[in-house]
Amino acid sequence: MKILIKKGRVIDPKNGRDEILDIFINGGIIEKIDKNIREKVDNVHVIDASGLIVAPGLIDMHVHLREPGYEYKESIRTGTMAAVKGGFTSVVCMANTDPVNDNKSVTEFIIKQAKVEGVCRVFPCGAITRNLKGEELAEIGEMYAAGIVAISDDGKSVKNSETLRKALEYAKLFHIPVISHCEDEDLSKGFVHEGKASVMSGLDAVPAIAEEIIVKRDMAIAQYVNSPLHLTHISSGGSVDAIGEMKRRYNQITCDTCPHYFTLTDKATLSFDTNTKVNPPLRSKEDVDAMKEGLRNETIDIIATDHAPHDVTSKDVEFNIATSGISGLETAFGLSLALVHEGVLSMKTLLKKFTENPAKLLKLPHGELTPGSPADIIIFNPDLEWTVDRNTFASKGKNTPFHGWNLKGKNLLTIVDGKIVYRDPAFK
Amino acid sequence: MKWSKKDLLGIRELSKEEILLILDSADSFKDISRREVKKVPTLRGKTVITLFYEPSTRTRTSFEIAAKRLSADTINISANTSSHVKGETLKDTARNLESMRPDVIVIRHNMPGAPHMLSRIVDSSVINAGDGAHEHPTQALLDLFTMREKKDRIDGLNITIVGDIAHSRVARSNIFALRHFNTRITCSGPPTMIPPDIESLGVHVEYDMNRAVKDADVIMMLRIQKERGGISYIPSVKEYSIIYGLKAEHLKKAKKDVIIMHPGPMNRGVEITDEVADGPYSVILDQVENGVAVRMAILYLLTGREA
Repeated sequence: MKILIKKGRVIDPKNGRDEILDIFINGGIIEKIDKNIREKVDNVHVIDASGLIVAPGLIDMHVHLREPGYEYKESIRTGTMAAVKGGFTSVVCMANTDPVNDNKSVTEFIIKQAKVEGVCRVFPCGAITRNLKGEELAEIGEMYAAGIVAISDDGKSVKNSETLRKALEYAKLFHIPVISHCEDEDLSKGFVHEGKASVMSGLDAVPAIAEEIIVKRDMAIAQYVNSPLHLTHISSGGSVDAIGEMKRRYNQITCDTCPHYFTLTDKATLSFDTNTKVNPPLRSKEDVDAMKEGLRNETIDIIATDHAPHDVTSKDVEFNIATSGISGLETAFGLSLALVHEGVLSMKTLLKKFTENPAKLLKLPHGELTPGSPADIIIFNPDLEWTVDRNTFASKGKNTPFHGWNLKGKNLLTIVDGKIVYRDPAFK
Repeated sequence: MKWSKKDLLGIRELSKEEILLILDSADSFKDISRREVKKVPTLRGKTVITLFYEPSTRTRTSFEIAAKRLSADTINISANTSSHVKGETLKDTARNLESMRPDVIVIRHNMPGAPHMLSRIVDSSVINAGDGAHEHPTQALLDLFTMREKKDRIDGLNITIVGDIAHSRVARSNIFALRHFNTRITCSGPPTMIPPDIESLGVHVEYDMNRAVKDADVIMMLRIQKERGGISYIPSVKEYSIIYGLKAEHLKKAKKDVIIMHPGPMNRGVEITDEVADGPYSVILDQVENGVAVRMAILYLLTGREA
């Protein structure tokens, strides 16, 4: 299939590009990027992108596709449909499936299933330890050979420091990042952030230090063994400070945060709406401000969704027993564009955190618009106003605290591997 | 003013006017309980369900008596005798109860927010009779009623709350209620039982018990919430009782006409000595009596609201 995208504002952080250009796609590859391309070949699908932004497809390095094992919450099919709707052309799926992705059979299954059912690229993240128990290392080498791009016990910290040290050392063999979920188990016997809102709600609370202690521990171990470390879904200002300070001394630390951590405060939990229950919890206004500042000053490299779809039964219960997580793929980009509208980030910097930076971390040949590279492209309108309606989600997970919110900026068209996989009704 | 809310979920949602409306209404209902025939036809034909997921004697009986004195039909459901033990969710229980068309559901639950969830599902009025460590609004209202009755005012009072503040729904609801008045609230207890940020609610923290009770008009003692892990916040009950148990010597530091309150159940010899609990300053049994009047007022206001 040949596609010619005409007159879009092409923004590609990797190549430092921001100008009105045409892009010609042929056979899944970006063949040419230039002014006023006139291809004289037949069967070219021409897309008029004038007035819109053309960017590399977004990369979400932290999603839960729930397959295998929890297909009633999400499947690779529905999860990737949600991804392309939200502007993502690549997703990295976490290992806490059933069975856990801690061996090559599960990795192979996910990759095979994604080829058959997936509508975007799916890169599995393997477990650090067998069955996420934090005890013995999983077969990282075998999983790497089968196609994992990172390892993480996401959902839990690796409690044993010695085990984490071994994982950081062993992962060097394959040059894949270790992704750390930072949470001190003993300090985390709660459901919401410990602060003013928890004093009012009486909900059992988790202090920000539960995250910060592990952030500091994990960075110290990584520095000691001279390994790269990625800290995921960072939520506290104290973590951002610690990471910023460490980055000045040691250059192998990266981190991400999620849209809900720079959009919502713990005040939202006062509604007892279980859609506001996430792990780590929504934090204070000061933490939210620190997330924005961390994104602005480049302490936070990447925006990920931690897309955590759940079935109604898991959420339609008392707050204490509800499962944690937000179905985030379809709202992440719209929420993040607010950072541009508010003047926190430039459009190019925002896109960098969704494209170039995750691609670099995961060593993926995506997240850029370079002739000869795979044609993963989105076209979006940064100013289009729309209302979040969970009932229209492609994801099986309707668990969002943003239902009914008005957002400004929407993905309109998604191309994966040179094929149009999503076209928004608003895109004529 | 007229009552307009469907539910009574917490004090936090109430205005000062609404609190005063309840207290003023309770004044007239208190007389009914002291008559020989303790019954009025006010709620005849109405159905009140008490749905208790946590053990309770006082609150549950108080609600039941309040409803019966207003001639409502009452049905009691305990979690250990309900379909809850068969795995039925609160949502399904609520839907089933709603189908039986009760007018009021009084719920006690060990999890914060459960009454709020219930109120979103059912059209009946929902009364929060205690949800985890969150709120216990009727207790706070009867506490205010008792303070006003004994002191003829609420404004200007020094109120000291002692004990496991972190796990106490009674403390929270009282703080929310008393904030509407010109009061000075002091919270005291072991630092492990005083949540960080409690000052954001407009209270003072004084860890030293002797200083905390100084010049108090009201001392409200709380029990250690064993069911919410309270015991793990202190080295031992014995040590707690030595440092934070209310003893006669403390009363000398307080105002001469201090009143001693306790929401019950009391752990005698732990947070309060027998001498104080049964002494002349104790209004603990008045609180229980007033609880019926306040709950009658609430049932009356909720069922009488305009649709």
